[in-house]
Amino acid sequence: MPVLILAQHNNKAIHPATLSTITAATRLGNNEIHVLIAGYKCENVARSACLITGVDKVLHAEAPHYEHFLAEEITPLVIGLTEDENYTHIIAPATSFGKNILPRIAALLDIQQISNVSEIIDENTFVQPVYTGNALATVQSESKVKALTIRTTLFDKAPLSVENPASLEHVNHTPAVNISRFIQREIIETERPNLTTAKIVVAGGRALGSKENFKMLETLADKLGGAIGATRAAVDAGYIPNDAQIGQTGKIIAPDLYIGIGLSGAVQHTSGLRDSKVIVAINTDEKAPICEMADYTLNADLFEVLPELIEKL
Amino acid sequence: MKILVPIKRVIDHTVKVRINSENSAIDTNNVKMAINPFDANALEEAVRLKESGKASEVITITIGTEKAQEQLRTALAMGADRAILIKSALPVDLGGIQSLDVAKTFYRIANRENPDLILMGKQSIDSDAGQTPQMLAALLGWPQSTYTSSITILEDGDEQLEVAREVDGGVETLRLKIPAVISVDLQLNKPRYARLPDIMKAKNKPLEMLEFVDLLQGSSHIKLLKVSEPPPRAPGVTLPDVDTLIDKLRHEAKVI
Repeated sequence: MPVLILAQHNNKAIHPATLSTITAATRLGNNEIHVLIAGYKCENVARSACLITGVDKVLHAEAPHYEHFLAEEITPLVIGLTEDENYTHIIAPATSFGKNILPRIAALLDIQQISNVSEIIDENTFVQPVYTGNALATVQSESKVKALTIRTTLFDKAPLSVENPASLEHVNHTPAVNISRFIQREIIETERPNLTTAKIVVAGGRALGSKENFKMLETLADKLGGAIGATRAAVDAGYIPNDAQIGQTGKIIAPDLYIGIGLSGAVQHTSGLRDSKVIVAINTDEKAPICEMADYTLNADLFEVLPELIEKL
Repeated sequence: MKILVPIKRVIDHTVKVRINSENSAIDTNNVKMAINPFDANALEEAVRLKESGKASEVITITIGTEKAQEQLRTALAMGADRAILIKSALPVDLGGIQSLDVAKTFYRIANRENPDLILMGKQSIDSDAGQTPQMLAALLGWPQSTYTSSITILEDGDEQLEVAREVDGGVETLRLKIPAVISVDLQLNKPRYARLPDIMKAKNKPLEMLEFVDLLQGSSHIKLLKVSEPPPRAPGVTLPDVDTLIDKLRHEAKVI
């Protein structure tokens, strides 16, 4: 029996989180994998999804009211699909897209969703972080259909392949619900890589002291080709916009290299970067929690180290 | 406009949590408890809407043991008009009452109270599931806004609410018809501390107690098998200078 993946895309291209979600789905056993591309003027996305390794069938649903992926509009479509096919799992990335829509679907299917799956043990048993990653809960579901959101930073992206492309099926759209309406989306444009997918992240805290000093971090990030992150304290102090926030109330990241500068490493922040491969701490206080979890620590004044790092890299 | 604000009693966010010796749950004995931080933002927003004359009544509600009265009294001191406690001896987490049960319970209360708006936190900081608001909106058939960082009440037109939501890489603006469910993020506002006179006044505000009705029959639930520590990181080293750091990153870790 197949599994259904709710694909995140922007009507032009597949979001990388979808590729990680597909990899997670391949760990569920030998189920067929169906990917739903619901949107508007998104047929090219559906065609390209046919080339993702592991995908057996792409379902393409098109309507003006799907353009902005409103949960109210996508939910009836997915409910309808589950009536036509015996899906064992409905899976979405644990991004702002998937987290918004999937619980709405799960409630109408009368199933308890499993959120932020970080490990798939078998088709019924999953691990999810709780208490901001300070504990891991192993849970089991015996329900006929399971709803899962996937912590995508922990799964590789499924590669593309021109061999054995998946079949493409157009499905009818559901009528518009019209209880909510999209007005606009302001995307913060940046030359730097996206914080959640960057291989290198340079993060700063309140000890930077000012917006101007925070700019030094940006210079370092650009030298390394990395993204900029921050603690909540730095965001609250106005040094950097909120979308750079890492941790309990911000983004969860897992880069190859994380460099924490001028931050103590409060649990609210470090829970968002625990899965980084290499952690570097630059801090004058060797007892700071960030130094205790770091692979490499420099006990030094950031205002001396930063210019030197920028110069020598 | 009548506003319902569900809240949850959770371990205070500054406490480092411990797993119990049976590896079956987080130890909540003798631990400082508080209103879930995101729920405090929801309460603050509801109270501000009332203070500005846009809301007529703010009702707060929780599911929990009798101890959860503490958090309801705090909510009343912050400015809620009345409170409802749905009493249950079961914990409200993965090992007990789960998101879907909570949503079904609030669905019943919403049908009794007929609020125009349900404001709640985007997730609780214990199970981190982030499901209840969307599930409640689904059961009620109402529009939803999740991760909301601003709420504006519109005076005219078919839609009564304009909201801004924090989404990947930016901010999205939506308009919703009421009644609606809105889940809120920390950026929405800064919750007030209750002042002593308000704490005194809150003692006389109505707090209704109801028994939790077991809604679990027929629903599909998940079983909590165990709770474990995340794997520890390998111990690190302290380096003498920037040159050594660059060398280690290039040649040992090979990440730059």
